[in-house]
Amino acid sequence: MSRRRPRDGGVPAPLLVPALLAVAFLVLPLAGLVVRAPWSELGPQLTRPGVGEALRLSLVSATLATLVSLLLGVPLAWVLARSQVRGRSVLRALVTVPLVLPPVVGGVALFLVLGRQGVIGRWLFETTGFSLPFTTAAVVVAETFVAMPFLVISVEGALRAADARFEDAAATLGADRWTTFRRVTLPLVAPGIAAGAVLCWARALGEFVATITFAGNFPGTTQTMPLAVYLALQRDPDAAIVLSLVLLAVSLATLLLLRGRWLGRGATA
Amino acid sequence: MSLVARVVVQRGSLAVDVELSVGDGEVLAVLGPNGAGKSTVLRVLAGLLAPDGGQVVLDGDQVWDSADRHVPAHQRSLGMVFQDHLLFPHLSVTENVAFGLRTRGVRRPAARAAAGRWLDRVGLAGVGERRPGELSGGQAQRAALARALVGDPRVLLLDEPLSALDARTRLTVRAELRRHLADYAGSAVLVTHDPIDAMALADRVLVVEDGRVVQSGPPDEVARRPRTDYVARLVGLVLLPGTGAGRQVALDGGGVVAVAEEVGGPVFVAVRPESVSLYLDRPAGSPRNVWPLTLGAATPHGSVVRCDLTGEVPLTADVTATAFAELGLAPGAAVWASVKASEVAVYAR
Amino acid sequence: MSERPVHRAVSAAVAALVAVLVLAGCGAPRSGVGEGLAGTVTVFAAASLTEVFTELGEQLEDDHPGLDVQFNFAGSSALATQLTQGAPADVFASADTDQMDVVTNNGIVSTAPALFATNTLEIAVPAGNPGEITGLEDLADPDRTIALCAPEVPCGAAAEEVFDAAGLTAAPDTLEEDVRAALTKVTLGEVDAALVYATDVRAAGDAVQGIEFREAADVVNGYPICTLTDAPNPAGARAFAELVTSRAGREALAAAGFGAP
Repeated sequence: MSRRRPRDGGVPAPLLVPALLAVAFLVLPLAGLVVRAPWSELGPQLTRPGVGEALRLSLVSATLATLVSLLLGVPLAWVLARSQVRGRSVLRALVTVPLVLPPVVGGVALFLVLGRQGVIGRWLFETTGFSLPFTTAAVVVAETFVAMPFLVISVEGALRAADARFEDAAATLGADRWTTFRRVTLPLVAPGIAAGAVLCWARALGEFVATITFAGNFPGTTQTMPLAVYLALQRDPDAAIVLSLVLLAVSLATLLLLRGRWLGRGATA
Repeated sequence: MSLVARVVVQRGSLAVDVELSVGDGEVLAVLGPNGAGKSTVLRVLAGLLAPDGGQVVLDGDQVWDSADRHVPAHQRSLGMVFQDHLLFPHLSVTENVAFGLRTRGVRRPAARAAAGRWLDRVGLAGVGERRPGELSGGQAQRAALARALVGDPRVLLLDEPLSALDARTRLTVRAELRRHLADYAGSAVLVTHDPIDAMALADRVLVVEDGRVVQSGPPDEVARRPRTDYVARLVGLVLLPGTGAGRQVALDGGGVVAVAEEVGGPVFVAVRPESVSLYLDRPAGSPRNVWPLTLGAATPHGSVVRCDLTGEVPLTADVTATAFAELGLAPGAAVWASVKASEVAVYAR
Repeated sequence: MSERPVHRAVSAAVAALVAVLVLAGCGAPRSGVGEGLAGTVTVFAAASLTEVFTELGEQLEDDHPGLDVQFNFAGSSALATQLTQGAPADVFASADTDQMDVVTNNGIVSTAPALFATNTLEIAVPAGNPGEITGLEDLADPDRTIALCAPEVPCGAAAEEVFDAAGLTAAPDTLEEDVRAALTKVTLGEVDAALVYATDVRAAGDAVQGIEFREAADVVNGYPICTLTDAPNPAGARAFAELVTSRAGREALAAAGFGAP
């Protein structure tokens, strides 16, 4: 063990104590899950029919929600960061409302617009017979609603931080705004987009209230892991703990896999 | 004339109004202090900034900017070299150089081949597969030049291309730039705050201060006969405004200077620091110009000490370090300064 | 469920946080002891009891001005879980005996539970019956949009029995976590039908129509009520429980559509 010299990267005491408390606050509940898990029953619990379904549904819907968020959110972030459109600050406030809105309000709002009796949903139902609630698509919609603002804010930040002079250089080389976006801007902010996508995916994975309010709850179709955990808690707390552990393991694995890009190139320690 | 422009722009509190024209194969240097508006003029020529007034016309008939028209940058036939090279960090050097061709529809193999040829021309053969971050400052700026020229643009714009380089690199890159500019057939506009760049690279110099052109002409003439303090200081001259009468000039700030030719009317008097001699006692001898002055600041430059003198004729004098020491000079000392009338340049204001 | 005091103690922190948020308006828990009928009474009650219990609570507050009755209405299974994890409450009223058993088996019940009402299921459809529902068979039709309660809650358990009795396989599109959530889907017109309690149909008024069916009578939910051992306000708890089982309480429940115990 090397001797640590006092000024060499040591943490000052006024910062160390709160930092340790923060770690304890965040990690102890997770540790509690691990400690109280019914390890002897893990096998039977994991192979119950609903578990695989809920996990698969959670992963698929979170990924789809992230893809939709990327497709729609990145252009929106560009408009907010780079365009001269008027009213950008109002627009920015509006698109980040889902961040502060309680998810249940989000679920209700989605219902009122996209439900069978909803403003748009009614027209959709009458012309195509298709109604959004209670489908897997509804899960993706609910998750996208709550998670996309994370992506938009993250990417807008990355675009603002990127050097706009590269775009000038591209223009002098004959690239119009779309070509510049594709070949210069996008590659330059790719790490920021990746970080935003991870944040978005994590938020979508954990979404519960908006999902259950708008998409309902049905195993295999709309019962994602958080819903399964909530219901299991009422019936069989052990099952709830096992499901929680699975979700924890999946989330941890994903975040660790992306840890370098999550925080940017300088943070792979 | 190939590129004719009048650039009128309001940038915050700076009102820019600059007229210029550059012929085919000609290099125009735009020289001026920071904040003069030189880069603004360049951005307008590039189409990155729409002017508030005036026009930019290429070859007499291609209107790039006018009262009812603004052709955006990507539709202009131009190449631009930036102070910080601005090579795209996520592309290889070859891909960077080929970029201007690919955007105009050239297929990848042909574009890469052309890029390779240009990299050879700028002395960067074999470096094509590296990323810009792996190049030295000089290499990166050469690659930026290749990138700007690969599309055979009608206009070449250079925004302080050597300013970010260290002194030694600047010498070599400047020499190469001179060669490439000589080979370049279009109109080139070079913005710089370094007079040596202007002297070495340009056919004509435009001096811009506070958004206005204050002097224009061939570089050596601008250097010999500066019309503003800024240029005079840049080229190391002392510039004194005054009114001539016969072989004497009454300076606006007081004092009289004897000159070799007959002059009349408002004039500039320009004195080179190395022509000024310093004495502790009033010298007797042929020089007609002798004044008692006070030594202000004294700054060593190599083997020479540059002395700022205050008094009825404010001057700058260069004396050898040895002489400075032998005379026992120090700031605040009273000295006599003299200059031969034949070594004073005087020209109409 | 089973007796695992260590398990309960360690998990108390998680559920207590939920309960604390729910009871945020209640003030300090240990109030009103030995001071007669004053302070806060905390009642955990099944969602189907929302209107009638609120009414009874107001009546108790009118009779005893120092009293403040606070309710936590949710699915009975959720309430039972919270109570076994240590949520502080005075009274528990469940929509079936199974969930009351959960609480009793954890040893936190102070008086033996008393049945105070019964309830049966009824089909609820949006006003105008847009889905043209005629009976229970339509709820087994996969082409229709149907909401049921999740089997974990009493309403859902009863629904399962009802379908068994009718020999049908239910085809729900969503399993809601309490009966009121299912009812809301009907009032919003988002489902063709839901299986809720008869009392819920009545409580929803004109927004909802009820369709009775034969097998409903075979599955009767008994509603028990009890007071809890660690009740912060035992006197208030007793007072509320007595009001519910009193004549006034029975009348209110009957008016809401509940059956006699």
